[in-house]
Order: sequence, then C-alpha cells, then structure tokens
Amino acid sequence: MIPAGFEYHRPTDIGAALSILQEHGDEARVIAGGHSLIPMMKLRMADIGHLVDLQDIGELRGIATDGGTAVIGAMVTQHELITHDGLASAIPLIREASLQIADPQVRYLGTIGGNVANGDPGNDMPGLMQCLDAQFELTGPDGSRTVPARAFYEAAYFTARDDEEILARIHIPIPGAGTGYAYEKQKRKIGDYATAASAVLISVQGGSCSAASIAMTNLADTPIWAAAAAAALVGSSLDDAARSAAVAAAVEAIDPVSDNRGPVEFKKHVAGVVLRRAIDRAASRAS
Amino acid sequence: MNEQTLTPEQRTANLKGMGTSRKRVEDVRFTQGKGNYVDDIKMDGMLFGDFVRSPYAHARVKNIDTSAAAAVPGVVAVLTAADLEPLGLHWMPTLAGDKQMVLADGKVLFQGQEVAYVIAEDRYIAADAAELVEVDYEELPVVVDPFKALEPDAPVLREDIAGNMEGAHGPRKHNNHIFTWEQGDKDATEAVLAEADVVAEEMVYYHRTHPCPLETCGCVASMDKVTGKLTLYGTFQAPHAIRTVVSLISGLAEHNIRVISPDIGGGFGNKVGAYSGYVCSVVASIVTGKPVKWVEDRMENLMSTAFARDYWMQGKIAATKEGKITGLWCHTTADHGGFDACADPTKFPAGFMNICTGSYDIPTAYLTVDGVYTNKAPGGVAYRCSFRVTEAAYFIERMIEILAIRLNMDAAELRRINFIRADQFPYQSALGWEYDSGDYHTAWDKAMKAVGYDGLRAEQAQQLADFNAGKTRKLMGIGLTHFTEIVGAGPVKNCDILGLGMFDSCEIRIHPTGSAIARLGTISQGQGHATTFAQIIASEIGIPADDITLEEGDTDTAPYGLGTYGSRSTPVAGAATAMAGRKIRAKAQMIAAYLLEVHDDDVEFDVDRFVVTGAPERFKTMKEIAFAAYNQAIPGIEPGLEAVSYYDPPNMTYPFGAYVCVLDIDVDTGEADIRSFYALDDCGTRINPMIIEGQVHGGLTEALAIAMGQEIAYDDMGNVKTGTLMDFFWPTAWETPNYQTDWTTTPSPHHPIGAKGVGESPNVGGVPCFSNAVHDAFRSFGLTQSHMPHDHWRIWKTANGLGLHG
Ligand SMILES: Cc1cc2nc3c(=O)[nH]c(=O)nc-3n(C[C@H](O)[C@H](O)[C@H](O)COP(=O)(O)OP(=O)(O)OC[C@H]3O[C@@H](n4cnc5c(N)ncnc54)[C@H](O)[C@@H]3O)c2cc1C
Repeated sequence: MIPAGFEYHRPTDIGAALSILQEHGDEARVIAGGHSLIPMMKLRMADIGHLVDLQDIGELRGIATDGGTAVIGAMVTQHELITHDGLASAIPLIREASLQIADPQVRYLGTIGGNVANGDPGNDMPGLMQCLDAQFELTGPDGSRTVPARAFYEAAYFTARDDEEILARIHIPIPGAGTGYAYEKQKRKIGDYATAASAVLISVQGGSCSAASIAMTNLADTPIWAAAAAAALVGSSLDDAARSAAVAAAVEAIDPVSDNRGPVEFKKHVAGVVLRRAIDRAASRAS
Repeated sequence: MNEQTLTPEQRTANLKGMGTSRKRVEDVRFTQGKGNYVDDIKMDGMLFGDFVRSPYAHARVKNIDTSAAAAVPGVVAVLTAADLEPLGLHWMPTLAGDKQMVLADGKVLFQGQEVAYVIAEDRYIAADAAELVEVDYEELPVVVDPFKALEPDAPVLREDIAGNMEGAHGPRKHNNHIFTWEQGDKDATEAVLAEADVVAEEMVYYHRTHPCPLETCGCVASMDKVTGKLTLYGTFQAPHAIRTVVSLISGLAEHNIRVISPDIGGGFGNKVGAYSGYVCSVVASIVTGKPVKWVEDRMENLMSTAFARDYWMQGKIAATKEGKITGLWCHTTADHGGFDACADPTKFPAGFMNICTGSYDIPTAYLTVDGVYTNKAPGGVAYRCSFRVTEAAYFIERMIEILAIRLNMDAAELRRINFIRADQFPYQSALGWEYDSGDYHTAWDKAMKAVGYDGLRAEQAQQLADFNAGKTRKLMGIGLTHFTEIVGAGPVKNCDILGLGMFDSCEIRIHPTGSAIARLGTISQGQGHATTFAQIIASEIGIPADDITLEEGDTDTAPYGLGTYGSRSTPVAGAATAMAGRKIRAKAQMIAAYLLEVHDDDVEFDVDRFVVTGAPERFKTMKEIAFAAYNQAIPGIEPGLEAVSYYDPPNMTYPFGAYVCVLDIDVDTGEADIRSFYALDDCGTRINPMIIEGQVHGGLTEALAIAMGQEIAYDDMGNVKTGTLMDFFWPTAWETPNYQTDWTTTPSPHHPIGAKGVGESPNVGGVPCFSNAVHDAFRSFGLTQSHMPHDHWRIWKTANGLGLHG
C-alpha cells in the first residue's frame, strides 16, 4: 500500500494551479481531501507524477446562501457542509445526505468538489447534486464555463470536465420554502458506500405534487437522475399508486452491477425500497 | 496503621490479587501511543523487504526476470526460489506436517502467493522495485471448490506430492486430498440413525474468514556476523516454538537465536504459524549482515497469511420423539487451501472438532474430516478459538436448532433435556474427551430468567402476527446458544506441535526488598497477562500485584513455553504461575519458621505473611522473608527466593456459557438490527472480572463480524474479492450492540486455581448465537438452514426464497 513516487505542488491561487496542470498535462492531477485519490494511488491504480494540492487556494473555499442560490466552494469539506447552519436551513437535504457519507474522520478532509469531480458512481454527492439541479463552475486555461450536474457524468470516472479544468464552485438553486426532502441510503456499515441510495425533493401545492426531483446513487456507472420517476409524482396527490409508479420508473432507469454488496436482483429491489422510503419521508416533510 | 493493625481483608485488598478488577497495567503505554510494536523497531542500516505476489490462483511460473528491479538504485538484492534452493530454504515445513513454498518454486497455488522478495534501503524503493520484477506465468485451471477438487478429473494442485498417497496423517485418497480423520463409532452411530424416531440432516457451512488483527504480521531479522547471533523480532504468538523452528530449518544453533515478541496488536491465531516473510528476512539478514524488516500491508494480510474456518459440515442428528438425542454423525470437508498450514496439535489434523457433541449427553457419535487442497491461501488457524472449536460449536448449535424444528419443539427446552447433568462430570464424551466440570442447567436457567425468555417468545409471536397482518415488515429472531469449549492444550501425552509438548512455564524471582519479576512462556497480544498473572502471584505468595513485573516474549530470558493461542495461557501458564508461586511459598515457610524459631509446621500462611499457629502477633511478612532469603545464612536452605515451574496439565479445561441474542430483521432490505445480547460465561475461577468483561465484549464483536458479514470470498478464478477493509467487514462502534454480561463459577477441578480461560468463549458461543437468531426469525416460514455470513443480500435472499416479498 505504498504509492509510486510523485512531485508535490501547493499553489496558492487557481491561476498557478492551472499552469502546473498545463505544464504537466496527463502527468498532473489536483488533490483535494485525498480520500478518494490517495487510496487509488496506494493501490497503484492511479500513477500520478505531479500532485497539485488545492488546500491553500482560498478562493475555492466558502459557502454563500444569499439570493436564491447557494454557492459552495469546491474545497468546502463535508464536515463544513454539515456544520454550516445557513446552508442547513436553506437546503437541509445537503446536511441529511452529508451525514450519511463515510465517518467523521473522512468528512473532516473530504470535499464537495472532490466528491463530485471524482466520477465514482459510489459517491453520494453527484446524485445529490443532480437532484438539486446544481451547476458546476469549471475554470480552465480559457476561462470559466458552467456545466449542469445532470449533464456532467459520462461513465465511471469520466466526466465533462477537461483534464486542465478545475472545479471552482457549485451553484445550487435554493428550493422553495416547504419543499419536502429526503436522502435515504442503505450501506453495509459506517464508512461504506451505498448499496443503494436516493435523493428526493417534493413540492406540493393545493394538495397535489407540483414539482419533484429524484436521483439514484451507485445503481449504474453514473448517478441516475430519474426524470420519469419524478414525472410520475407531479400532478398526483402523492397517493400510493403515484409513489409506486415513481418507484417502478426509477427501478426501470437504473442498471446496477453485481458485486460484494449483492446481486443485481437484490440491488434493484433495495433501490425500490430505499426510494419508496425517501419519497415517503420527503412527502411527509412537504408543505 | 501498620503491619499489626491491618485486618486480613485490608491486607488482601492491598495485594490486588485474584478476583480484583485491577486496572490493566499495559494500558498506560497503549493509551498513550507508547507501545513498542514490530514496526516501531528501528535499527542502524536497517533494510526493508517486500514481496512480489502472484496475481493468479494457479499458474506455472515459467520465468522470473529480476534484472530491472535489481538495477533500481537502493535495491540490495532480489531473492527468488532459485536463490533459496541451495540453502534448502525454498520450501519450509508447516505446523501440520506438510511443507509450503517460501517463494514460488515452478508454480503458484493461490492468489497473493510469494514469488520474489525485494530487499532495499527503504520500503518505498522496495515497493517500486517489486513492480519491476517480471514474472512469466502460464495460467492453469483453478479449483476453489473443495468438492470439485476431489472429483476424479480435477487438476492436480500439489504436483510435488502427486502420486504420493501416504500423507502426514495417513493415507490420501486423491491427489488433492490431504487426510481423513476419523473419531467415534461408525457402526454404532449408523445403527442409531437407522433406528431413530427422528433424524434431522443438514449441511452446515462455516465460511472462510480471517483473524485480521489490527497489527498485521511482520518481523525484523538481525544477524550479527561478529557474534554469530541472530535476533528475530516478530509478531509471534509462539516465540519459543519459532526459535526452535528457525533453528531446525536454518541450521543455526538454537542458542545463537534470540526471538523477541514485542507488543503485539492482536493475534487471534493469525500469528501462530511461520510465514515466508520471516524466512526471507532471516536469509536476507544473514546474506547482507544487516537488519531486515518486513511488515505486511492489510491486503497482504487478508490474502496470504492464515485464514480461518472454511468447513463444510454435513450433519445428522438422531432423537426420540420426545427429543432425547440418541446419536450424532458428521462428515466435514475441510478446505485447507494450497498447503496444509493449519496450526493444530500434531495428532489433531482437524483440531478439536471432536468436541462437536457440545454440551449434550449424546451417547453415540461418529465424525470424519477430509482435508482438501484448493487454490486458496493456506491457514485454517484457530481464529479466537481453540483448534476448530468454533466450527464444532457452530455445527452442534445449528443441528440442535434444526432438530428442534423437526420435532416442533422449543429450542431452549430441547437443550435443557439433553444437557450433560452436573452429576455426570467428569463426563466421558462419545468422541473421546473427558469434560472436567460443568453445571449447564444452572447456567441455562439463569440465562433464561435474565432475558425473560417466555416473555420474549410471546413478544415474538405478537410481532409475527403483526407481520402476517401487514402491520410491520420486521421479524423478530431469538438466538440461543449453549456452548462448551475445550481449551488449554494441553497434556503432553496427546498434545504437541512439531514434537514440542504443549506444557507451559513460569519463573518467579523475588527480589531482596520483596518485589518480584515473573517470566512466562506465553505472550500477550492484548489479553492483559501482565495484569492477571501478577494477580495470581499476588494471591499465591502475598506480594502486591503492583510490586510484580511480568515479562514474556524474549526467548533469551523467559522459560520455554508453547505460546498464547487456544485460550491456553491461563489453563497452562497460569497453572505454572500458581505452581511456581507455591514453590516459593514453601521455601518462604521454612525461612519464616527459622526466623520465628518454630518448627516449619507451626507457621501458617495468612494473606501476605506466615503466622505462628495460635500466636497471631508472631509473624513474618513476605517482605521480611524475602530480605532474609538474601541476607541470612539459614542452615539447610540455599540463599535466594525464586522458582520455576513447567506445567503439564492433566486435562484440558472446558469453559461453557449460555448466550441469548434478540434481533429484528427488515425483510425488505435484509438488514438485521441487534436489540440485545446476553452472555453468561463460566470460565471457572475469575481472576480479573473487568478483563473478563473486556474479553467477552471483544470476542462477541468479532463473532458479530463473522456471523453478519465478514468473509474471505473468492471468485471462480480464485481472485480474492474481499481483500480490503472496504469489503472485509470489521464492525465499528456503530454496528456494535450493547452486551449484557453475566457469569456462573464452576472451578476446574484439576487446575491449581480452578481457572479455565475465557478470551475465546465469546467468539465460540457468539457466532452460533447471532446466526441462530437470524434463522429463528424465519423459523415460522420454514427456514432450516441458510449459510453465513448473514449480510444484507443473503438475508434478503432468504426472505425472497421464502416468498416474503409478495
Ligand atoms: C473510508 C471511506 C469511506 C467513504 N465513504 C463515502 C461515502 O459513503 N460516500 C461518498 O460519497 N464518499 C465516500 N468516501 C469518499 C470521500 O467522501 C471522499 O472524500 C470524496 O469522494 C472525494 O473528496 P476528496 O476531497 O477527498 O477528493 P480527492 O480524493 O482529493 O480527489 C478525488 C478526485 O477528484 C479530483 N478533484 C478533487 N477536487 C477537484 C477540483 N476542485 N477540481 C477538479 N478535480 C478535482 C481529484 O483530482 C481526484 O481525481 C469515502 C472515503 C473513505 C476513505
């Protein structure tokens, strides 16, 4: 469990980080909390010549929740997401989900940026960001651009981000007051990735569902934003039939693989159970 | 207050002897991060070794090119089997009478097998260079299923012994067969089965898992070319035996070898055997003249050093209609992996599996075990149990439940009517053991009362009714277990390892000022020996435990012993400690009598002193006696006050216990939620109740791990699927339930202080208890057996198979 040798860089602004990335091309990679990257390096599945540490780049930190949008710096840790009261009252779904990631030790270092940029289908935040319709602000040699979370994930470890781009900030529209939310996750133990997880937002107006968003985690090689599942809820009174239809649509959309957590048949079943519980909880919170 | 005015109770309390919850003296350094483990050892010029390991489970090694690795600056040497062969060290003997490749000799037999050993100036260089060793493999067909391994056309795994049909434990019936071990009366058992009212039959699988101690295996070998002495530090549960083995296989004289086990971060059986890392490090140090360190990483530990269990136990249990058990039959197929490297006493190739009649008075029984080679890692060690006792306990405790189902009886009642009665001890079991003592009914009734058994069953019935009415999706399970262990190996007449009798030892020296040092042949890996053995001495000779230093693990200073595993330290070395203490007390009595000018028989021992019979004001404290031993010329008595005892136990000890687990199962997700766990242990005389409780908590948590998720799983290609802690289940505080501990005390009649050993009981009893609880939740839906580990998807699969998903 010893990684191959590498050069370590610690720039203090995005520009400097970008030039190191440009200089070394394929050989270079940014490191945030290191809790996904370092294990890969120790397993020698990632061989990186130049490690560019983002810890000292102040402009990648900070959480703002004014206006209708929350803006979260890529280097904000999962621990900070949990302890930031402004964020918790604006988007309580983020705290609920973050508390289900790993354990406190990991969360002290693991960042939101690393979690969403990583591209590992096991990560919880990509699905969460799709559910929330987040926008990822990427900064590269040619300036900045924004990619919606729902269009960011291409395959396991492949994203819309170019090698020479850094994820700088995440912009999340703050859901309207009274939006019901839930993050439900089944895992084998504390510190484990999801067997199945789902993020749900539900808005109700006059007794019927006016808007919904549903995303599923670790049930395909990318997170699955299940538009059809949400559509099954919208316009309904959130009755049992609508909820079941939403579950059926989501299970249709996922494509899990068999692994140590269990065979495909089991994962599909559990995905449905987990989603149903998330819908039930979100609906009970919607007003 | 002075020596005169303290009451006997106060003086007893000052000793902190047996029965006291004395705080662990080890914890002062452990809790401050000041322990001294193998990887903490740093020596001048120390080199580091790292292995190149096989990615394949079965392959021919056609060529190994080490040139690129050897050319890396900082690499000192790269060893392969070809380098070890001239020394005769490319293979080594195993503890089970087999031999094992130190480095791949022409082929590999399991994924992770050691192929080459890189020695470099630091561990980073060693790891980089190991990547550059080029090995040319030719893949061979892989066999991971022991039943397939025995098919007529199965590939021959061990070509080195192909056609040699006489093994270390008798005839071999197939090239992939290792031994057949047979116990009990076949004909009588078959007759009982044929005539019985009821016979329940089932295959009970105890899956492959791994002890996975927090600290992995490692060593530092240091050859001093000037003195010709080899010092070997290592994570050894049996340092003296390792010294003898090193001497035998290296040809170095035994007095020139010093083996030191420093602090050990858990062993659980993983650190009993000898590994390639030790041999290669010793060779590397001899060749280079420099100290060489080797420490496994976690994946290497899980993939290559000793696994545990992997027993397929086909069982038949016969009973009358009323539930009286009349016979037990068991055939076990034991998967040993590529080499037979089990750590069992020589005459017991399947360990003490013949304790599988458990706590029950079963008049007739028959057991056979077939050991089989497969393309998996070698091992088969006793993971927190005495040799194969956990397999035996799991087997019988499942068979009892299965029989209860067949008889439509309550499983607690079925146990009660079949327990060996207190008046039957010493009890001769059908499979050859003499149980020294026990009182199972008392323990069982206490347990049932403590948990409110009838109330639990009523609650379960209500929950089942609610489930059937669609009001809940959770099922309640009540797991019962009454286990009997056999520990403290053991009598030299039938227990040895590599010909070394399994006695153990203690040497005590009393210093002139009345404090003491004691050394034992065992070695603590977390059991707290420095605390508890000092308590035995304190009670035996009346010196405060706090004034006694306890040392283990240095073969140059400690007396010879067979080490710590199989709960043998207290039964064997603990007995030696008491006996050595008694020798000292006997001499102290003579000194006291001389000082008090009375006859030897006219003084008697009183807590911490000898008192003239009938004249309590006339006494000599142990402190005074110790000083006299060193400053007075006493006629007929040698100066000094020390003693050594080598203890050969007359019998094993038989700890037992009654456990109850209550859990809820979510049939939709397969999750199990442990509601409560009650553990009553009877380990005979209790030396330190706090340490017992700690041992029980630890053992139960390992039992939880094994029963609920921990496994070494292989795919069909022989790839290890659970090689990291992401997939190999280690419970955290979060998954660990609260435990309620309890006890009864039935002292061992043959042990000097009546103690039996406890560290392994909770694992032996815990695994069947958790598993039985899972099974019990589904009993009313017709489940008889579903194999461990009971992780989410397997529980879900059970529920699904029973039609519970609608
Ligand atoms: C024991 C354990 C359990 C875990 N359990 C969970 C879990 O249950 N759920 C979960 O979601 N995660 C889990 N994780 C992962 C954890 O949340 C990681 O911290 C997270 O996935 C990555 O964040 P990081 O800051 O550590 O990123 P790093 O490991 O530093 O980086 C991850 C990847 O993202 C890239 N990257 C990082 N920051 C940026 C950026 N600003 N711009 C562009 N690329 C970037 C890196 O180059 C790298 O490829 C677990 C980790 C561990 C060790």
